Amino acid sequence: LENTDPRMRGRGIQLLSQVLLQCYSLLQEKEVLHLVLFYENRLQDHHLVIPSVLQGLRALSMCEVLSPGLAVSVLRAIFQEVHVQSLLQLDRHTVYSIIINFMGSREEELKGLGADFTFGFIQMMDGEKDPRNLLLAFQIVRDLIAKNYALGPFVEELFEVTSCYFPIDFTPPPNDPHGIQREDLILSLRAVLASTPQFAEFLLPLLIEKMDSDLQSAKLDSLQTLTACCAIYGQKELQEFLPSLWSSLRREVFQTASEKVEAECLAALHALSACLSRSVLSCDTEDLLDSFLSSILQDCRHHLCEPDMKLVWPSAKLLQAAAGASLRAYHRVTSIVLPLLLEQYTKHSQSSQRRTLLEMLLGFLELQQKWGLVEEDESSLLSLRASICSVVFSALTDPSVQLQLVGIRALTVVGSLQGFLSPSDLELVVDHLIRLTLHEDSQSSEAAMEAAGSLAPIYPKVFSGHMVPRLEEELQSVSFSECEEESSRDHCSLQQRCLQALAAVSTHTSIVKETVPVLLQHLRKVQKGSEAGNTQGMVSVCQSLHRVALQCQQDAEGCWYYHQTVVPCLLAMAVQAAMQESAHPLLGKALIEEEVLAAMVPVISAATTHLSPELAVQSVSHVVPLFLDGEVSFLPQNSFPCSFQPFEDGECFDAQRRLVALLMAFVCSLPCNVAIPQQERLLRELLALSCSCNCPFTATTAAKCFAGLVNKHPAGQQLDEILQLAVNRMEPSLAEGPRRMQALTLLLWVTKALVLRYHPLSSHLTDKLLGLLSDVELGPAAADGFSLLMADSPDVLHKGCHADVRIMFRQRFFTNNVPKLVQGFHGAGPDVKANYLKGLSHVLNHLPKPVLVTELPTLLSLLLEALSCSDRVVQLSTLSCLQPLLFEAPQIMSLHVDTLVTKFLSLTSSPTMAVRIAALRCAHALTSLPTTVLLPYKARVIRALAKPLDDKKRLVRKEAVAARGEW
Amino acid sequence: LIRSINDPEHPLTLEELNVVEQVRVKVNDAESTVAVEFTPTIPHCSMATLIGLSIKVKLIRSLPERFKLDVHITPGTHASEHAVNKQLADKERVAAALENSHLLEVVNQCLSARP
Repeated sequence: LENTDPRMRGRGIQLLSQVLLQCYSLLQEKEVLHLVLFYENRLQDHHLVIPSVLQGLRALSMCEVLSPGLAVSVLRAIFQEVHVQSLLQLDRHTVYSIIINFMGSREEELKGLGADFTFGFIQMMDGEKDPRNLLLAFQIVRDLIAKNYALGPFVEELFEVTSCYFPIDFTPPPNDPHGIQREDLILSLRAVLASTPQFAEFLLPLLIEKMDSDLQSAKLDSLQTLTACCAIYGQKELQEFLPSLWSSLRREVFQTASEKVEAECLAALHALSACLSRSVLSCDTEDLLDSFLSSILQDCRHHLCEPDMKLVWPSAKLLQAAAGASLRAYHRVTSIVLPLLLEQYTKHSQSSQRRTLLEMLLGFLELQQKWGLVEEDESSLLSLRASICSVVFSALTDPSVQLQLVGIRALTVVGSLQGFLSPSDLELVVDHLIRLTLHEDSQSSEAAMEAAGSLAPIYPKVFSGHMVPRLEEELQSVSFSECEEESSRDHCSLQQRCLQALAAVSTHTSIVKETVPVLLQHLRKVQKGSEAGNTQGMVSVCQSLHRVALQCQQDAEGCWYYHQTVVPCLLAMAVQAAMQESAHPLLGKALIEEEVLAAMVPVISAATTHLSPELAVQSVSHVVPLFLDGEVSFLPQNSFPCSFQPFEDGECFDAQRRLVALLMAFVCSLPCNVAIPQQERLLRELLALSCSCNCPFTATTAAKCFAGLVNKHPAGQQLDEILQLAVNRMEPSLAEGPRRMQALTLLLWVTKALVLRYHPLSSHLTDKLLGLLSDVELGPAAADGFSLLMADSPDVLHKGCHADVRIMFRQRFFTNNVPKLVQGFHGAGPDVKANYLKGLSHVLNHLPKPVLVTELPTLLSLLLEALSCSDRVVQLSTLSCLQPLLFEAPQIMSLHVDTLVTKFLSLTSSPTMAVRIAALRCAHALTSLPTTVLLPYKARVIRALAKPLDDKKRLVRKEAVAARGEW
Repeated sequence: LIRSINDPEHPLTLEELNVVEQVRVKVNDAESTVAVEFTPTIPHCSMATLIGLSIKVKLIRSLPERFKLDVHITPGTHASEHAVNKQLADKERVAAALENSHLLEVVNQCLSARP
């Protein structure tokens, strides 16, 4: 330490400092005092020694036993002796760290230094350039302000020394190991600048200047900083700058082509208006909010009168942004704007102009929803009620569909303002909605149903009293006049709309109780009818019932009512139809056709998932005995000609067996904690049915039902036994025999059930599945099975029906099985290679994109190989896998651009339409790669894409036009 | 293909402004010809050439090469109808216009899908 050679001395101190950094927590108070004095003294030493001295001080700054006064003296010494900005980056970093350590532990002492500390720091950080150090420096400044250190006369200096970095212009070097992003710097600088109103007089002119800049990033940063500042500023700070802020914001919104800039401008205006609304008025000062809004109104209102011109929307948006900030601002703006818009609506007669005006009006009314109708509104908004209503109603009767649609949206908003509509208006509203619901145009009909659905819970009496009876009447009159041949198609769609509307309006329990009987009655009637079209009719009733079920799930009372009414009724109708068919197999009842049963599944499932456990237990004790023992007593109209035995063998029970679909819908949707009576027996029956039935629908349904129950079955010996039984039955029939396909289906569903819950047996079953990929007969089906394993199934084994689904099961499946798939691909014979690729692309297709992007480099070559595979399913699923990756991993994809362009272009002439479409979409997606990568291929791609422009299929031509236009 | 082209100075599409209408578009697939008549909003519309150019460029990009294109102003709806038609029919001038990067940017803006 006392060597005369500064280098040696430096190394000595370095050693000491390194030791201190390891053991600073063990030091005693006296030792620290001694060391501090030594190090302070060394600060005057040769410049080669300084870095090590600072390291030692950093170690000491972390000591808890530092005696009072030492922190101050260390800082004074550093300010005095060290010229920080001539040090290396690392050493400057050390100095900032020392300060941060002291600020964390010795706040009171440092405050004792007064403004000297601030001044010392300002001098120290002046000229800092390194982003790593800047992050620390900004943090220190933020703490200086936030923790109330004395700034003294140095406010402007402190502002200068930080604001010189605004707006941040920094691009991290490639492969930057420190990981500092531009965004980090922007946010930490913004936190400094927007931390105190004391900066306002310096900051606001700077922001105004930067808003005028040509650089979009500078504009955005200024606007976001302004928004942040408004959270802490008051009238006083803003007053002087309001006119120029407004003119800058106005200019940007009126002129910009960028949506981002526009959105930020509107956010800033909103913040300004909110800030001005917050301040308390004293009687003698001018109301700044009022004068600010006046200037906005003055500049914008005349544009609102020209609905054809470009500035109309920017003006409306500015006014809405300002009005949305507070109730006071809203009143000030709407008291002028609403009457103006209403007047303009009557002045203009073209429907496109009226649409624009009404859309703006709608925007202002939507803002009102934020506050609801408040007492004091009575004067302003309610006085306009008559004219608002007449404008909205006139829009609803306009021949232009676009205007109607806006009218319907306005109706929804007006209706949702409690107490705004008078009872007579309300009846008119419902009449309009009924008329529009049954209107030929599907767009306005759908919008009207949507509106009825959202207004019904607010006015349940009006809707159940007026709308439901009218729709029922309409439904009946339509069904009676069905004999007229030529108009039957119109009737069919009218009937469809009635059914949809009945479902849409069922958003309140009291209405559900009216509509459900109507729908069930209609279902019975369609079933009795004999026309060929009644399958479709029944499916649409089921769809409506499903929609009602979804809408009343959240309400316990409505849900139980629905379950009690609908489930027994559907079961009774199905059982009866199945028995009639068993008796007279030739008659063929539409109700138990696969299509109709498939439509009933979601109805029963949705009626069951949200039941409370107690009620579910009650229901399950009826339904399971029905299927196991033919216990029909709980069904309405339960006098049946013969017994119901879906699990019995015998040809004539085929129809009854199909009803297992309804059993599946019910038991697989029950909450997990509901015990199922005779579960073991049920599982055995289902297993037997799935392996032995010849009808694919029944076998698949039984397998799904089995899987659904196994997935929720509590772990333990019972589960192991039943699984062992399943494996024992599957393995011999998979190996050979006439029912290999059924066995594969069962294997797939059981594997899925176990993969979802991470059951240990799942890997054994998956390996079996992988083995089947090389089977000539079952290989393609097994490959498609991978999509079943990874995808969400719509009716069983998903979260909605309370299945045991672990998070990240897909990632787990991916890591466990993809290496095996790749290995299998390389070892497989040429005739089954496609199976492995197909399986792989199914797995990749369903994998979350972030995981896929990280695994991409290793898999991409295989995927590109898959594109050359001649199987169109492989091509299609590989293309749909690659398309999103082009957007999400452009860097990696850019490396293979040559191969990608070639393969995509060659696939655009594939004989399969779906492949051509997918290839063109990929060619379109290529345009998101960096321009420099694409330019060499531009001419070639544009030439090649000319051919599909003349494709014989319209959908292909459409994609070709989009892709070629983009290129 | 052309209904969604944006007008250079209104926030509306050519269809919404009735600049292009279905009855004024003649397509003959067998003979591979497409004729489009467009109607400027006012007889002195200074943007008529630009609108015509946008329509033409969109069609060049979107139609198979076998089609012969004819884009012209609806007779009697523009003051300098003849001059504009002549410009639009001149292949060399259309090609030259598209070499001008500023003009190309304006045309691309008209053709870009509305947000």
